[in-house]
Amino acid sequence: MNTFKNKKNQKLPEISTASLPDIVFMLLFFFMVATVMREDTLMIENRLPYADQVERLENKNLVMSIYAGKPSSRYIYVGDEAKIQLNDKFASLQEIKSFILSERAGKRDAEIPFLITALKVDKDTKMGLVGDIKKELRAVNALKINYTTRNGDVANNSQ
Amino acid sequence: MVNRTAPMVNAGSMADIAFLLLIFFLVSTTIETDKGINRKLPPLLDEPVIADIKERNLFRVEINQQNELLVEGELMKIDELKSAAIAFLDNGGGSANQGCDYCLGSKDPLSSENPGKAIVSLVNSRETNYQTYITVQNELMAAYNELRNRVSTKLYGVSFLTMEESLKDPNYVGSREELKERIRNVQSLYPEKLSEAEPRQ
Repeated sequence: MNTFKNKKNQKLPEISTASLPDIVFMLLFFFMVATVMREDTLMIENRLPYADQVERLENKNLVMSIYAGKPSSRYIYVGDEAKIQLNDKFASLQEIKSFILSERAGKRDAEIPFLITALKVDKDTKMGLVGDIKKELRAVNALKINYTTRNGDVANNSQ
Repeated sequence: MVNRTAPMVNAGSMADIAFLLLIFFLVSTTIETDKGINRKLPPLLDEPVIADIKERNLFRVEINQQNELLVEGELMKIDELKSAAIAFLDNGGGSANQGCDYCLGSKDPLSSENPGKAIVSLVNSRETNYQTYITVQNELMAAYNELRNRVSTKLYGVSFLTMEESLKDPNYVGSREELKERIRNVQSLYPEKLSEAEPRQ
């Protein structure tokens, strides 16, 4: 009988917000897992071209990245000519050799043949610079390269 | 005075803290691309090697400073490049023992003898745009992949790209050695012979 007694003066119960932190934490963990921290702060524009015949770079710590492109608006004082960026600073062509050698020095001997150089070049860069980079890489025998691209139809490139 | 039960900690601000962390990660991370076209550069040689290649086995692709594509000296649109490359690679126009029995091409006597001899030569100008170059590389890769997929499906019933995927897949059931052997075989039927000359000044 008691169960039916209070029905009239019962208020709508408040919604408990106790599980809100859990939901937010879930979102937080999703973003922590799904995103990759950028290792280098980019000082150049870096809009990669599209390609669809791509392969995934399997092992992150075997990848050495070389960036190239026009300096971004914050660094416009260095000029608007396309530049190379290694690690966190602008670099000249000659510095590529020492960059590759220092990267190699940090790896185990067995890993060195599997090192791969990822060229992350802005789509509006002239091929002259890319050709020079490739020549430097050949000089230090870093022959495995990867033109990093966005995954998509090549028709997007002409826009 | 003796009422010493520990007071409840208010958990109401927990959500705010978590939100703060969430926003921090949202702002500070970018999804980085880890995909691209793999290539192997030729080693630097002291003196250039002069190769004896017949003109018919050479497919000349040139991108000039105006980002125009020239195939065998003639202007071509980029979306026609793939089919032109396939027609050249798959021609198989060699005489009896130089021919190719798995090719489906037109056996044109002026085009390549067999896929093993067919060489794609890519020349670009220093003023060529990087995105045009990548587009051309991509189309040439697409031509090779399509031919490899075709011959692989015919021989083994699976496409070449699927085989490469399953080689990387740790949960793949079946013989890895056999898979590697098959991949090597398909690669040898359509070897990727792409030569890149020094860019034109």
